[in-house]
Amino acid sequence: MIIGQDIVTLLPEIVLVLYAMVALLWGVIFTKKDSSEDSGRLPLYVTSLVLFALALWIALNPEETRLAFNDTFTDDLLARFAKVTILLSAALILLIGREFLEAHQMLKFEFPVLVCFAVVGMMVMVSASDLMVLYVGVELQALSLYVLAAFHRDNSRSTEAGLKYFVLGALSSGLLLFGASFVYGYSGTTQFVGIAESLTTESSTGLLIGLIFILVGLAFKVSAAPFHMWVPDVYEGSPTPVTALFATAPKVAAIILLARLLFEAFGEALQHWQLILIIVSVASMFLGAIAAIGQQDIKRLMAYSSIAHMGYALMGLAAGTPEGVQSMLTYIAIYVVMNVGTFSFILLMKREGRYVTDIDSLKLCARQMPTHALSLLVLLFSLAGIVPMVGFFAKLYVFLAVIDADLLELALAGAIASVIGAYYYLRIVYLMYFGDDDGERLDRPSSLVGQAIVIFTALIMVVGVINLLELTEMASRATQSLFN
Amino acid sequence: MIGLEHYLVVAMALFVIGVFGIFLNRKNVIVILMSIELMLLAVNINLVAFSTHHGDLTGQVFTLFVLTVAAAEAAIGLAILVCFHRNRHSIAVDDVSLMRG
Repeated sequence: MIIGQDIVTLLPEIVLVLYAMVALLWGVIFTKKDSSEDSGRLPLYVTSLVLFALALWIALNPEETRLAFNDTFTDDLLARFAKVTILLSAALILLIGREFLEAHQMLKFEFPVLVCFAVVGMMVMVSASDLMVLYVGVELQALSLYVLAAFHRDNSRSTEAGLKYFVLGALSSGLLLFGASFVYGYSGTTQFVGIAESLTTESSTGLLIGLIFILVGLAFKVSAAPFHMWVPDVYEGSPTPVTALFATAPKVAAIILLARLLFEAFGEALQHWQLILIIVSVASMFLGAIAAIGQQDIKRLMAYSSIAHMGYALMGLAAGTPEGVQSMLTYIAIYVVMNVGTFSFILLMKREGRYVTDIDSLKLCARQMPTHALSLLVLLFSLAGIVPMVGFFAKLYVFLAVIDADLLELALAGAIASVIGAYYYLRIVYLMYFGDDDGERLDRPSSLVGQAIVIFTALIMVVGVINLLELTEMASRATQSLFN
Repeated sequence: MIGLEHYLVVAMALFVIGVFGIFLNRKNVIVILMSIELMLLAVNINLVAFSTHHGDLTGQVFTLFVLTVAAAEAAIGLAILVCFHRNRHSIAVDDVSLMRG
């Protein structure tokens, strides 16, 4: 039966949705209302396990491209590459965030359930090959993330972050949708394949207006300048594990969605969107590099850092070639690993038992915890793109792809921005090793998982140089599945 | 005779009013929620107009998705707003400013 085949293609998503609903019911039925203790420890571990298992399952799926539900849903290597990255990063963030959530009485069973729904939304986003599926995926992801941002509901910063994220997120969805309505109107279909067909016969202004609105909406979602104004506030206000989630999985989903939309539906209109992507990418790189310099809060700094990194990823897309997409995939996967590592260090930062996020508290922490400080040094060098680390090769591939596409100026701009950006990463390293002594130190880290992940990701940044862990090979096969 | 263009102009006008409502309004977050709703409904007019113009049902199906999602969005927005009000005892836009970016 045909519908049976469709369901098999969507099975990972269906399993995850069913699991989330069962976990929700379990939580509602078995949680005592009046007990003050947190109800989320077991669901959190089980959810993390489920996410790991799904990642393994998707990675072991056969290689062919499968389409489902009248070609509105594509399950190809590109989608699987993104899904595995999203699932793994969400699972790791649940694990490293547990201590923080417990310390702030936030470890309710709703937390892992909301993460599950957000992850399903992202999985739908990366597989969408129809504007309707795209919209539903984006909204499922965004609605869950709005709630997560405001999850610390007794804290005025967290609720303010949630409110700001909601207003600007809803605005961006509105723009995206307005663009989608124009694209539907002028091509007569919502399917990516159909849009591509209508572009080959005629290039109408209506379609291009639609494309521009969609690009603006998605630029909000990937937090690219000049649509970045929500990012620093939301990153600073949200609970730290949620910030870690914002910085990783949704970015992967949004940029892969953008890649699929641009190359599958609007491949013919390359000359129209290339210039927009170049401008957005240059603006993000420079804004991220320059605005981060004066920051005192490490979460705010990571916000600007992620704006800059999205600039480099968009640069890969702006090349408009398969090599560009491949370098973007490599870049985004490495970016996720670096961010998971850095945020698990931020989640270890405590002074007198309280979590702190100001950069000055890192002063001389190398004496207190030399291994962790060294790991953070490696991660920051990698984020800055300094030579022997994996992060350097990520940037190098993007630059090479861009130069191949005859955009030498863009690569030069990227190189200049990364030199400016290196300053604020190095400032943290300076504080850790040579800051002036004011007697106040961070506590010894207590979370075993967090310590393990900091050290492990730092090791990847060094050891991975040997063959980039076959990442380029996987990225190249994923790119082929997009271009065939 | 009312044609496609008339619908598109109305939808465009509503959409622009919605966008300006978000950016120019300095009073009250509820007004922002209303503006968001206005934007989504403008899109719905667009979709239905295109749908009847093409004689293709896809646009109307899309409209139903947009309507349901807009309902969920309004619910979540109001819930976050209630939490915000509990903490700050105000829903004025100027008070959403603990952090400045």
